[in-house]
Amino acid sequence: MGTITGNISLTEQFRDLYRNYSDEIAANSAPLMNAFREDAITRLEKQGFPYKGREDYRYADIESVFRQDLAKSFSDQKINFKIREIFHCDVPDINTNLFLLVNGRYYNNGEMLKELPGGIIAGSLAQAAKDYPEIVEKHYDRYAGSSSDGLVAMNTAFAQDGIFIYAPPGARGEKPVQIVNIMISETGQMAQHRNLFIAGDDAELNIVICDHSLSAHRFLTNSVNEVYAGERAQIDLTRIQNEHNGSSQITHTFNQQETSSRLASNIISLHGGFIRNNVFVKLNGEYAENHSMGLYLSDKGQYIDNFVFIDHASPNCFSNQLYKGVLDDYASGSFTGRILVERDAQKTNAYQSNNNLLLTDDAKIYSRPQLEIYADDVKCSHGSTTGQLDENALFYLRSRGIDLREARFLLMFAFAHQVIQNIRVKALRERIDDLVDKRLRGELSRCNNCAMQCG
Amino acid sequence: MQNEQDHILNEVTSGEYKFGFYTDIEQDSIGRGLDEDVIRTISAKKNEPEFMLEFRLKAYRHWLTMKMPEWAHLDIPVIDYQDQIYYSAPVQKAKLNSLDEVDPELIETFNKLGIPLEEQKLLSGVAVDAVMDSISVKTTFKETLAELGIIFCSFSEAVREHPDLVRQYMGSVVPYTDNFFAALNSAVFSDGSFCYIPKGVRCPMELSTYFRINAANTGQFERTLIVAEDKSYVSYLEGCTAPMRDENQLHAAIVEIVALGSAEVKYATVQNWYPGNKEGKGGIYNFVTKRGICKGDNSKISWTQIETGSAITWKYPSVILRGHNTTGEFYSVAVTNNRQQADTGTKMIHIGKNSKSIIISKGISAGLSNNSYRGLVKVLRGAENARNFSQCDSLLLGDKCGAHTFPYIESANHSAVIEHEATTSKIGEDQIFYCNQRGISTEDAIGLIVNGYAKEVLNKLPMEFAVEAQKLLQISLEGSVG
Amino acid sequence: MLLIKDLRVSIDGEEILKGINLEVKAGELHAIMGPNGSGKSTLAAVLAGRELYEITSGKVLFKGEDLLEKSPEERAKDGLFLGFQYPIEIPGVSMVNFMKTAINSIRKNRGEEPLSASEFLKKMREKKDLVEISSSLTNRSVNEGFSGGEKKKNEIFQMAMLEPELAILDETDSGLDIDALRIVARGVNNLKSPLNATIVITHYQRLLEYIVPDFVHVLYNGRFVKSGGKELALLLEEKGYEWINAEEVN
Ligand SMILES: Nc1ncnc2c1ncn2[C@@H]1O[C@H](COP(=O)(O)OP(=O)(O)OP(=O)(O)O)[C@@H](O)[C@H]1O
Ligand SMILES: [Mg+2]
Repeated sequence: MGTITGNISLTEQFRDLYRNYSDEIAANSAPLMNAFREDAITRLEKQGFPYKGREDYRYADIESVFRQDLAKSFSDQKINFKIREIFHCDVPDINTNLFLLVNGRYYNNGEMLKELPGGIIAGSLAQAAKDYPEIVEKHYDRYAGSSSDGLVAMNTAFAQDGIFIYAPPGARGEKPVQIVNIMISETGQMAQHRNLFIAGDDAELNIVICDHSLSAHRFLTNSVNEVYAGERAQIDLTRIQNEHNGSSQITHTFNQQETSSRLASNIISLHGGFIRNNVFVKLNGEYAENHSMGLYLSDKGQYIDNFVFIDHASPNCFSNQLYKGVLDDYASGSFTGRILVERDAQKTNAYQSNNNLLLTDDAKIYSRPQLEIYADDVKCSHGSTTGQLDENALFYLRSRGIDLREARFLLMFAFAHQVIQNIRVKALRERIDDLVDKRLRGELSRCNNCAMQCG
Repeated sequence: MQNEQDHILNEVTSGEYKFGFYTDIEQDSIGRGLDEDVIRTISAKKNEPEFMLEFRLKAYRHWLTMKMPEWAHLDIPVIDYQDQIYYSAPVQKAKLNSLDEVDPELIETFNKLGIPLEEQKLLSGVAVDAVMDSISVKTTFKETLAELGIIFCSFSEAVREHPDLVRQYMGSVVPYTDNFFAALNSAVFSDGSFCYIPKGVRCPMELSTYFRINAANTGQFERTLIVAEDKSYVSYLEGCTAPMRDENQLHAAIVEIVALGSAEVKYATVQNWYPGNKEGKGGIYNFVTKRGICKGDNSKISWTQIETGSAITWKYPSVILRGHNTTGEFYSVAVTNNRQQADTGTKMIHIGKNSKSIIISKGISAGLSNNSYRGLVKVLRGAENARNFSQCDSLLLGDKCGAHTFPYIESANHSAVIEHEATTSKIGEDQIFYCNQRGISTEDAIGLIVNGYAKEVLNKLPMEFAVEAQKLLQISLEGSVG
Repeated sequence: MLLIKDLRVSIDGEEILKGINLEVKAGELHAIMGPNGSGKSTLAAVLAGRELYEITSGKVLFKGEDLLEKSPEERAKDGLFLGFQYPIEIPGVSMVNFMKTAINSIRKNRGEEPLSASEFLKKMREKKDLVEISSSLTNRSVNEGFSGGEKKKNEIFQMAMLEPELAILDETDSGLDIDALRIVARGVNNLKSPLNATIVITHYQRLLEYIVPDFVHVLYNGRFVKSGGKELALLLEEKGYEWINAEEVN
């Protein structure tokens, strides 16, 4: 275990941390992943930590998040909790194949890798790097590696494990694969894990990630997901963020899409003190289709920041972004969406929409919908609205005898539902509707079974 | 069909710059480079009072601590600020009593630009302050305006004749610390226009400044200050051109507008600085800070700009909506062609209650150019019921250019409503076919469609200018498209 | 049931209703006619509690209680219904959820138990048949993408569901085909009882052939300038509002 304090730059702190623990990091991972570390630490030194005010992190204070005094651990920890006993995820009454990450490490219940019905292989990434090196090698750090973000390089240097999901060409899972990502500890802790999801040509994957914190300590996660959709593959990726308000979470997701693939990602942020989600999409083959959606419901002092970058690198692709937020109390939020249409990516259709409701004058929202276009035969548009509930709709509801309070809920719920309705698995969609309804009504004011009463 | 269209587009986008001539006139210039002595020389040449010199020196010292901004979507070559000439003026008598004393070459220059300095030849409704290189050459209709108490003169004259007004308002909207180019301008600006509309007066004619860069290797740094007292009204026009030269020339101007209670100021620009040649050689680097403040309740400031020139444009005419019930407007058409680059837009800062702003931006990119809209709408906590609507459209002519939109929306008031929309499109083949079918040539069709696309903004210009601007669009895209 | 006394209403400082007086008793059916912009919708919206308007003077009693101090939903729960001239689209809120919430909130106010899911669905079906509105509409979001006529039918459907004591129908007949017009009339007539009252705002005599009013009032420039029986509507149709104008001047 190592902790960092003092006034030296964060970059130097983490470089030194790496130098001091590189043997232990490597020993508890896989050679294939270790091969990337030296290069990554050099990249981190070159790129540095994103500072507030930098164009892509304009409103996010990453630095103070990383300045927290948190434990880092690079070997298996003894966890004095019986996770199965205290944790029941809100989502899994829908039937899923469940995998657990505890403090960023694969939670071993005997099997490191499982073959699921339909031919999907899922389990520990480090194990997969040993058992299926040719598959992992083909994708590992191929999409995240070119990022200019020092935090991604840092993850590559430190990440030891995570979840690996592989659908061979043509494979189709019967049930969604669910990853429950738990932070639990007796002190504040930081974790950096790495997931790799691969759908071969014509394969279908449905993945649900749930983030939870189960003890009342400060947590920080810096995770990277690399997602590959082969030709005609279909991937649905849903993330439900439900950590307590003492935790900070930074996620980076790199989606690489080949010809005629379809990928839909939904990030539903319910709880969490500081959240930054980076979503990068590269439409690498023609006729690829991407839907990137998000919903953020925040109150108290939460800060939720979504950054989406869609790279139309091939002609004839379609992308649609829809991000919506409701901000109460003194919460603040930020949305940045960039559509890049590269030269010759003709016949691109790209849309983007960001809508925000501010419920108080202490809440703040920053919205930056951006278009960067280098091809002329394209249809691109974006829209952003920030404001209140529609007065006319409110009056209409009230004139039918519905109380103001209830009318507001109905409209807020309708507002949020426009994101949720895009989730294709019905049971999951209904479950999330329910969670969102409860969240909006304040019934879900703290997370499941959490000891932390973030009041 | 596609081929023919490309061909016409090509023709249309290769038009020549009409105002590229150079006037051979005796110049009073100082040497290249910039230091405190240069600033003292400029100030001395202009017989400025002490407070001006101090202001310049403070600005200069601050500038030395600043770096050129890099956030714009622009590829700006390294500019050697020591290789510029910071003061150049056509030699003429210190004080002109009549037009007869203006150098005939100068009159001829402005005639060629379509800006006759003889009042009887001017469009009757427009008073002009003509500025060549660093110096105001002639202000027309001064006496007529003076009868109403309106002051319209060169900035230098204002410094001499109305030092209290200048002192009170100069730098109050754009402080010299504002940004790199504002600091540079504050240190070395040579002239510009000053305009003061007294309480309750509606200025009966359009006021206009015409800026002309003539001398080589010379930066133009002018500043304009408009003060509109309570319940007054003025409409202001600005035009600009420059000779064709192989090297790039620097233009870093400041415009400040102060609108007091219930005052209304309209400011329109037709910017047609030399854009450089087809290969991107030469052209003006245009770094301009324009900002107005709606200081009093119920006041209104409206910016309209037609941007067709310059190799590089970096410009964000803004409004600070300080008073309650104030209105800020920004209407813009920006055309880029060949290798031009533009990063332009606006900032609307809502502070007062019920403040409203509207942003209509139409970008047109052709050739190998890049055209970006960048705009900030910021609603502060106290700005109850603030409203903003923004519409940013981009039109692409050809597949080698770029069109970009970077809005920044920041809201901290729950009763504020902010709406932003943007679209990107090209001229539809069906639209052109429809026109062709009605007997309109493809070239004319493109012109029609582009003008229709820009109409919402062109309509905001005073009539004489609207026609001019329409022609200019045509030239920028016919001789540039149209 | 409804008593309006010297009601004056402005918007943005401009007076729109300039002293309205009206009494509607239980069992009565009133028709309000008047040229465009005379203030008919304003009156209806003020009665329903739209906050946009400023009430500068006057008094309105509904069932003996001060109506103007109540919120829109309290008025609805007390049994007042407004059929909107331009019904509002509310994307994302399903018709079913909308109606269920409304009915149960009104029932709660009356001290009644909420309807069970099956009772509610039964009622939906019944009323749907009455106004001949198709399930494909009631399965959608409130008014979203409805045609003009469908929206009007949906207003009548809601009225039938909520069973108000006083219904104010603001041009519910415009934009309807003949069949739909008959359905609207059926809805209104169905509700008619000695305990209820209805105010229809309309431009057309044709509706009044199906719904026979006890009184017809003409609203002109913010005032009731004429009242009479159903024959007044015929007279108006024949002579137009100019005639009223001339009368006024004389
Ligand atoms: N929100 C508003 N803002 C400004 N003026 C309004 C508003 N609502 C109504 N008015 C004005 O008030 C007047 C009365 O309008 P109202 O809608 O009540 O007329 P109406 O009698 O219902 O007309 P119609 O027959 O066309 O439906 C009109 O002049 C209208 O323009
Ligand atoms: Mg009406």
